[in-house]
Amino acid sequence: MTNPQRLVVVGNGMAGARAVEEILHRGGDRMFSITMFGDEPYGNYNRILLSGLLAGTDDADEIFLNPVEWYRDNGITLHAGVRVVRIDRFAKLVLADDGSITPYDKLIIATGSRPFYPPVEGMWRDDKTLTPGVFGFRTLDDCAAMVHHAREHRRAVVIGGGLLGLEAAHGLRVLELEVHVVQSAPLLMNQQLDTQAGHVLRRSVDKLGITVHTGQRLTAIRHEDIVTGVTFADGSSIDCDMVVVTAGIRPNVGLGIVSGLTVERGIVVDDQLRSVDDDDIYAVGECAQHRGEVYGLVAPLWEQAVVLAEHVTGHNPQSAYHGSRTATKLKVAGIDVATMGLKQPEREDDEFVQFSEPRHGVYKTVIIRDDRLVGATLLGDVSKVAFLMQAFDRGLPLPEERIQLLFDIGTPAPSVGAAELDDDAQVCNCNGVSKADLVARVRAGERTLSGVMNATRAGKGCGSCKGLVADIVEWAAGGKIEDDPAANWYVPCIPMDKPELMAEIRSRGLRSVSAVFAELARDGRPDAASKMALTSLLRMMWGAEFVDERDARFVNDRVHANIQKDGTFSVVPQIKGGVTTPGELRRIAEVAERYEVPLVKLTGGQRIDLLGVRKENLPKVWADLGMPSGHAYGKSFRTVKTCVGSDFCRYGLGDSTALGIAIEERFKGLESPGKLKLAVAGCPRNCSEALVKDLGVVAVEGGRWEIYVGGAAGAHVRKGDLLTTVDSPDEVMTITGRFLQYYRENARWLERTYAFVPRVGIDHVRAVVVSDSEGIAARLDAAMQASVAAYRDPWLEGENPVTPGQFRTALPLIVLPRVPVR
Amino acid sequence: MSAEHPVARADDIPVGEGRAHVVAGQQIAVFRLRDGRIRAVQATCPHAGGPLADGLIDDTVVICPLHNHTFDLATGCSATGQPAIRTYPAHLDDNGNIIVSVPQP
Ligand code: SRM
Ligand SMILES: Cc1cc2nc3c(=O)[nH]c(=O)nc-3n(C[C@H](O)[C@H](O)[C@H](O)COP(=O)(O)OP(=O)(O)OC[C@H]3O[C@@H](n4cnc5c(N)ncnc54)[C@H](O)[C@@H]3O)c2cc1C
Ligand code: SF4
Ligand code: FES
Repeated sequence: MTNPQRLVVVGNGMAGARAVEEILHRGGDRMFSITMFGDEPYGNYNRILLSGLLAGTDDADEIFLNPVEWYRDNGITLHAGVRVVRIDRFAKLVLADDGSITPYDKLIIATGSRPFYPPVEGMWRDDKTLTPGVFGFRTLDDCAAMVHHAREHRRAVVIGGGLLGLEAAHGLRVLELEVHVVQSAPLLMNQQLDTQAGHVLRRSVDKLGITVHTGQRLTAIRHEDIVTGVTFADGSSIDCDMVVVTAGIRPNVGLGIVSGLTVERGIVVDDQLRSVDDDDIYAVGECAQHRGEVYGLVAPLWEQAVVLAEHVTGHNPQSAYHGSRTATKLKVAGIDVATMGLKQPEREDDEFVQFSEPRHGVYKTVIIRDDRLVGATLLGDVSKVAFLMQAFDRGLPLPEERIQLLFDIGTPAPSVGAAELDDDAQVCNCNGVSKADLVARVRAGERTLSGVMNATRAGKGCGSCKGLVADIVEWAAGGKIEDDPAANWYVPCIPMDKPELMAEIRSRGLRSVSAVFAELARDGRPDAASKMALTSLLRMMWGAEFVDERDARFVNDRVHANIQKDGTFSVVPQIKGGVTTPGELRRIAEVAERYEVPLVKLTGGQRIDLLGVRKENLPKVWADLGMPSGHAYGKSFRTVKTCVGSDFCRYGLGDSTALGIAIEERFKGLESPGKLKLAVAGCPRNCSEALVKDLGVVAVEGGRWEIYVGGAAGAHVRKGDLLTTVDSPDEVMTITGRFLQYYRENARWLERTYAFVPRVGIDHVRAVVVSDSEGIAARLDAAMQASVAAYRDPWLEGENPVTPGQFRTALPLIVLPRVPVR
Repeated sequence: MSAEHPVARADDIPVGEGRAHVVAGQQIAVFRLRDGRIRAVQATCPHAGGPLADGLIDDTVVICPLHNHTFDLATGCSATGQPAIRTYPAHLDDNGNIIVSVPQP
């Protein structure tokens, strides 16, 4: 097409960017030349995850939905950090605060909302900036500013006890502030919850150590240079040095008003999301008002974006938006709350089923009208939420026995969910993806889970639906789901899985990372993201023959310590089996004083961590400790936790301490695809938690030892599988070595045993490791022995640095925020 | 106007690694690529102040050691949605000195 139309989008948030994605998806790049304006200086990010970012459960890396390159790649002109101030509808121009004037043929307004700040004294420093220490909770910058401020301050008051307020309060608790939540209503989350539910929630919130004040109306914020406290209508007050205002949101409609569009609460739009005044102007997201409703959640805006795109591209001019039914979930770890529709019965013949167990924090209700689910509240136990959401959304027939809606007796079990789920059922609530969307991708030929996830965004919000997405993709593919080829590659830059790559490396005799790149990588080019994994692999394969290139190691492995947020390092000396001596403790204490170590901490791995050591001091610290490295920094064998066992404990059946020490002595520091954490327990009481370790050994009656593998209690929790039971500590050592070597050779990079064992299957592992079904036991044992023999304590390098400036500080001058000293 | 500053000897920086230096009052991470070229960028990561000189590099990018944000060593652009970092012209002179040019204020 010669003259594409000019499409301008004001607002580069979740709705604006999603609308553009939907438009591109319908061939919009050929129809339009697209320009976007965004007030925030970024691409588009997932606002929902700000709560997780504050609480530290989400990474800033993962929050971007459309990074700046996305705009470039799609030929979109992005003006980030530029605010549109007026639309000249008659000349069809938008005027922005950088003085630019941009003509449009079609315009989309997606300006979202901003926090509502109650008009009380002391809120603002002047008419533009909040009093220092007062924060809204809406943008990435808000979030960063809060985290920054929270580091240096102690006590926060959150104004507003709704969803956002509780999520903010939780995040601040995680940052170790004393937190107060002030709610003017008598209940928390009063918009979604009835009285009883409010009380149950309050108990759970109390348990998080958050102090709740209900029925309190804010009248003033006290401040000197920064906030010093808040005052309420009854004259009472709270002293604090931080205030977060989450007292509701207001749609950003100023632009609509000055440009002469009809604005009530939001910019009023018709069923095609067009302004009722101007056929060339659309509004979408939180700034739009449709049939009297303004939404404050993402699910409706996904639906709106589809209709808008269908219409503006002419793909389906009949497409119409009829409003959304909304459901909410609270994203606070440890408190499950999900609500949808009505919070209490409204009509006399509404059915109301209620279950309440306040002491356990459980409360559930459903409200049914004319055999349809019109409302539900789930607190403490949200196991039924998927089915209820679907029933609520689709008006599905309900079981005669209503109680089945609340408990698992009759509704489809989650495992059969994939087949039985309605086509239109929304699977990913963050990104608004239905079962039909997923199925359509599979039908269109996508055969990998990651492919479907990338194409639809399903599972890329809060991630809680990933399991269901996988089930549906597998079901739709009739079980013929293909692994993403790249997902099997050992490193991103070489298209080979691990066995292929190892064979290739061996046959070509490649002993260094740069040799692997030169011979096997695309165009022979090195790839920074692949270096660490290749170093690990080559070291495992070649042992002493490995040609060590220091630049291919991650910084932790260059300086043998774990890098921390301020560029300092932590030092964890080896304390085998958790057993130490007064002499060692004395030396640790002296080192801690001599080098002003900010934090000395007992770790979860039964040893002692010196945190906040400056890089240039590492060699001296090691020398003065006179202890070997505990390897608490690499992808390697870490610890063996033990219990006191038969020497002291009245229940001890085997000498777990001695065995643990022997295991750690033998396998210390071995590099492996993921960390290896082991434990030995002296009896099945399991005080060293051996059932949830990569490899755990448990002494049982009769002088025997059980060996468990693939257990975990970190990011994932999994009970280990019983590999075998043996008769002596010697056999434990042999089987342990053989299992670890098998894992080292066969696991993917960063694949912990808790993923590796179930993938390969415990029966297979047992066949190979215990019964030697493949005839490789002797080879595995020999390879392990070679690795053990090649071991050298890396802390000896302190005496003879391997590279110039190995321990030179990387941040010489600026005083950065340091890990706080207690 | 820029001024050229000798910062270190080539041998002071192991191949494929970086070292941080203060040049004309600015903190700069100087890298010696495996192909022999020299690259210089600001020393701190814009994301959360990570030490870029401690990052893994290849011939084009540096990966910050703290949260893996990635930056092009020549242009400073981020491949992971971060603001771009400052880059400084840098080269090896005939005597084996690493020279970095820093704009004069
Ligand atoms: C120091 C310690 C916490 C403590 O004060 O107790 C610790 C600290 C860190 N852990 Fe841990 N973990 C510590 C015991 C554990 C344990 C408990 C244990 O070892 O028995 C677990 C659960 C067991 C497990 O690993 O399955 C644990 C599960 C994790 C995980 C989740 C791994 C997973 O896949 O489930 C990570 C993240 C990762 O590996 O990607 C992690 C990562 C980290 C890192 C290394 C994060 C990082 O990359 O910088 C932390 C370093 C802090 C620092 O600045 O030095 N840490 N971490 C513990 C050191 C134990 C030791 O003596 O070596
Ligand atoms: C902490 C937090 C947690 C949340 N959790 C959830 C959740 O769990 N579930 C859920 O469904 N919803 C949640 N939400 C709500 C959800 O984020 C919003 O519904 C969604 O972001 C609305 O999208 P939008 O595009 O309408 O507005 P926004 O995402 O706010 O985008 C609007 C953008 O337009 C820009 N802009 C405004 N005016 C102008 C102008 N004049 N010129 C240029 N740019 C302008 C703004 O700066 C902004 O970047 C949460 C919100 C927050 C803040
Ligand atoms: S020490 Fe472990 S649990 Fe604690 S913040 Fe670091 S990674 Fe998370
Ligand atoms: S500080 Fe560099 S990636 Fe976070």
